[in-house]
Amino acid sequence: MKDIVAGLKALWRDWRAGELYVLMLSVVVGISALSSVAMFTSRVAVTVQQQAAEVLAADLVVSSSRPLSADLPRIADEFALQQARVTSFPSVAFAGEASTLISVKAVDEAYPLRGRLKVADKLFAPGYAVNGVPATGEAWGEARLLARLGIETGQRIRLGALELTVTQVADYIPDQGFQFVDLAPTLIINLQDLAASDLIRPGSRVSHGLLLAGDPKAIQSAGDRFREMEGEFLTVRDLESARPEIRNAASRAKRFLGLAALVSAILSAVAVAMAARRYAARQLDTIALMKCMGASQAMVLRQGVTQLLCLALVTGLAGSLVGYGAQELLAWWARDMVQGVLPPPTLSAWLVGPAAALILLIGFALPPLLELRLVAPLRVLRKDLAPPRASRWVVYGLALSAYFLAVFWLVGEPRTLLLVTGINIAAVLVLSLAGWALVLAVGRLRRGMGAAWRYGLANIARRGSESVIQLVGFGLGLMVMLVLTVTRDDLMSQWRATLPENAPNQFMINIQPAETDLFMATMDSGGIPAPRLSPLVRGRITAINGVKLADLDFEDGRGQRWVERERNLTWSAAIQEGNTLVQGSWWDTGSEIAGQVSVEEDFAGDLGLKLGDQLEFDLSGESVTARVTSLRQVRWDSFRPNFFMVLSPGTVDESLASYITSVHIGPDQRGVLLELARNLPGVTVFDVDAILGQIRGVMDKASLAVQYVFLFTLLAGIMVLLAAVQATRDERRYESAMLRTLGASRRTVLLGVLTEFSVLGLLSGLLAAAGASVASYLLATRIFDLEGHWDGSLWLLGMTAGALLVGVSGLLATRSVVTQPPVITLRGDAG
Amino acid sequence: MEHKDETANRPVLKAVSIGKKVTSPEGLLTILDGVSLEIALGESVAIVGQSGAGKSTLLALLAGLDEASEGEVWLDGEALSTLDEDGRAARRAGRVGFVFQSFHLIPSLTALENVMLPLELVGEANAESRADEVLKQVGLAPRRRHYPRQLSGGEKQRVAIARAFVTRPRILFADEPTGNLDSRTGTKIIDLLFSLNSALGTTLVLVTHDHGLASRCDRVIEIEDGRLVAAENASG
Repeated sequence: MKDIVAGLKALWRDWRAGELYVLMLSVVVGISALSSVAMFTSRVAVTVQQQAAEVLAADLVVSSSRPLSADLPRIADEFALQQARVTSFPSVAFAGEASTLISVKAVDEAYPLRGRLKVADKLFAPGYAVNGVPATGEAWGEARLLARLGIETGQRIRLGALELTVTQVADYIPDQGFQFVDLAPTLIINLQDLAASDLIRPGSRVSHGLLLAGDPKAIQSAGDRFREMEGEFLTVRDLESARPEIRNAASRAKRFLGLAALVSAILSAVAVAMAARRYAARQLDTIALMKCMGASQAMVLRQGVTQLLCLALVTGLAGSLVGYGAQELLAWWARDMVQGVLPPPTLSAWLVGPAAALILLIGFALPPLLELRLVAPLRVLRKDLAPPRASRWVVYGLALSAYFLAVFWLVGEPRTLLLVTGINIAAVLVLSLAGWALVLAVGRLRRGMGAAWRYGLANIARRGSESVIQLVGFGLGLMVMLVLTVTRDDLMSQWRATLPENAPNQFMINIQPAETDLFMATMDSGGIPAPRLSPLVRGRITAINGVKLADLDFEDGRGQRWVERERNLTWSAAIQEGNTLVQGSWWDTGSEIAGQVSVEEDFAGDLGLKLGDQLEFDLSGESVTARVTSLRQVRWDSFRPNFFMVLSPGTVDESLASYITSVHIGPDQRGVLLELARNLPGVTVFDVDAILGQIRGVMDKASLAVQYVFLFTLLAGIMVLLAAVQATRDERRYESAMLRTLGASRRTVLLGVLTEFSVLGLLSGLLAAAGASVASYLLATRIFDLEGHWDGSLWLLGMTAGALLVGVSGLLATRSVVTQPPVITLRGDAG
Repeated sequence: MEHKDETANRPVLKAVSIGKKVTSPEGLLTILDGVSLEIALGESVAIVGQSGAGKSTLLALLAGLDEASEGEVWLDGEALSTLDEDGRAARRAGRVGFVFQSFHLIPSLTALENVMLPLELVGEANAESRADEVLKQVGLAPRRRHYPRQLSGGEKQRVAIARAFVTRPRILFADEPTGNLDSRTGTKIIDLLFSLNSALGTTLVLVTHDHGLASRCDRVIEIEDGRLVAAENASG
């Protein structure tokens, strides 16, 4: 206890004397950068997730063709989930003499749980978001519905036994893009009116849905419970099963944000590590003196640990508060982009700051402190006596592991984390080695130049290991900043390019073989470029390698469900757009190729399929066998017909198939849809415009968030470099003063300092550019599934930024030392 | 081996054939070789010799700051070789004071706090008032709130002397205490050191290469190339 008080007292005295400013500033800057990014990204991630959930208007949907059993809401209650009910069915609406096929959506007051309905007061009036649903006796209809019935808002329609007033035009329905809808437009009514409509009778094609939303963990558990009940009449859909393309976009967005958070985490680690080293070095003499006066090792350690804990607490809290303020500013700045209110930062985002401060300070300041404990009291007589080295690598290794575990908790993307950590460890090793080589090389360069140049370069070479540590620190900082600067734009634009303006927004299914010519002609008449038609057959796997499904045991429940359902199959001579072969080879069209199948890799994984396996299918009663000859990766967000299984041509009787395609239909080309309905009433159109919009929304949010976060990270990086330079300032003080005493002009000394820092910066920039090139390439190809390429501008940018940033900040940090009369420094040194 | 010296007129400090060897690029280097001496309580002893003769090494061994390669040092009747570093530190606490050539004040502490430090380390309750008192004795009461960087060399050394005496140590080790001071200030500092020494009856072990300063001690021990070459009674 006594030592704790003494430790706190010493800390207070250090603070008062200004000894702690640099350390605390670095930690606060590092932690505020980390926590602001953590908080902001957690907020954006929640919004992105919620936006993605709009396609379901919920987090989870349980639906049935029969009235829902009372068990379902009870289970939802157990998990404290929000609930809403939706019943939908096809029907006919009348207005006077006019009538049209519609899709009725009867909703309760809680609908929608995610997203908001948008309505317009009149046909073609601008839409706005509303809370709530039509009151009883009222209905909201899509513009197409009103147009077909020839009515305006305020007029009445008949629906079965019901008389309803259409009060609003339904402009946007969150979960509309969910099902294969007919061309029938939607009419939203209040669920309470449903019974009175007398429309639902045994045999009606009704879907009773229970929408659920809530805490992600609760949703997960509830989903598992419902899936156990899944069967002929009950289906469960969550975001993952509903729309892989949205899930893809959301998870990629999360990866971008995670990367930004990770970068600021690395920057903060560099800052804290460098400042902690300086702090510990400055304690050497004090500790030696205390030991001389009788302090024990244990006492020194207890005091040191007390000080560290206290520092971690104070800086962690201060950093989190500054970080909170900064990200609030960020949120305010980005308010237009995030549309609406961001949720508050999650609890874990709040904890990141203090936890990181603790881990970083303990991790990086404790090893030097452990060494301090071993400082020989003899140091009071012999200054050159350094403490014996504790095994730093072990401690630093542990600290870094703990730190990255903490960051993992924040980023939640093991692959990104592993890769970035790996890159960083490799970068530290390579930077150290290259640093040594460069330091040695620089030592040889100093002959034949001016005094300032020689002095600057000599310093780098003489302080060999110190210079290497600084090179690694600056290099690492610059590297991650470069990665974020250059790679960000590249990755973002590539990501956007995956979903161009003319990405297909309409899926058309059920095109019969005999109708293909008429279909193509209709498209052509509407000015739509000829789409590629993919054949589609419904089929079920009946046996794998001759073993009947019933006798197969799947480790994964997903696998079991996969095979129980009928699936869409296609055949194709060439591999489809957006598909990449990952194993095996595609069939060679020149030879006899029937009887082969190419399987999507995750699907194959769930079913435990490998190359060479024989699959037996039941295709509408016809039995077909095919051998797995390749595995494919499928880009689910390509908005083209994608298939888990593609058969080789000739395997299936082609007359069994219907055709499917996806096309882009611009707002002014929508007439072709009506034309299509007239010419080919059997064709079903699936409008995915809303989903596309949602994905673009996710992209926009994520990319803007990354832009803003990037600015902040860049700022933090510069601050960190400044702090790091500040940390090396002590070493220069004495020498500058000595040089001045020996008659060097201020200019010579300043030039020397500028040379030293600029060369350090240049070298760091060079190493950073090399690291950033590799890192960007790996990130693009391994994490974001985008193309990687080499960017020459990185090198120029790295070296210029390094020399400028480090040179100027080094000069600023040491200027005061150089400008004050040398006697002050020299006298001050003999404390 | 006998570790307690129970004789009635026991020396407060005793060294028996102590030596110090270190490994260097040129091989094993002998810095100190077979030095034996006894210093009685209250005695003042100067250790003199050329630079590099081994004076400071001897002082470090006598104070238990370093371990002897051979021989034994008894501090206040206890053999130092039986103690580990913490044990030796504990023996020093409150009993041994130091004054160094380069002062070794802690830059983040005020003059007063620097003087309080040894008292705080032994858990002294009224550290501040006692430190204040000693600062007054060395004539620095008005400078008590000043940081080392705001003090002149002579003032710094006076703070260091106050810090050394504040625990009323039995032994005071001084390593070239005037080495960084001009001769006038140096003389004043030495006057102060000796006056406090005699007032408190402290044993003084002073390392210096200044024979004039050495002559003020009861006894002078001369070291050359790590060996004791002469011991004389300065005043007699």
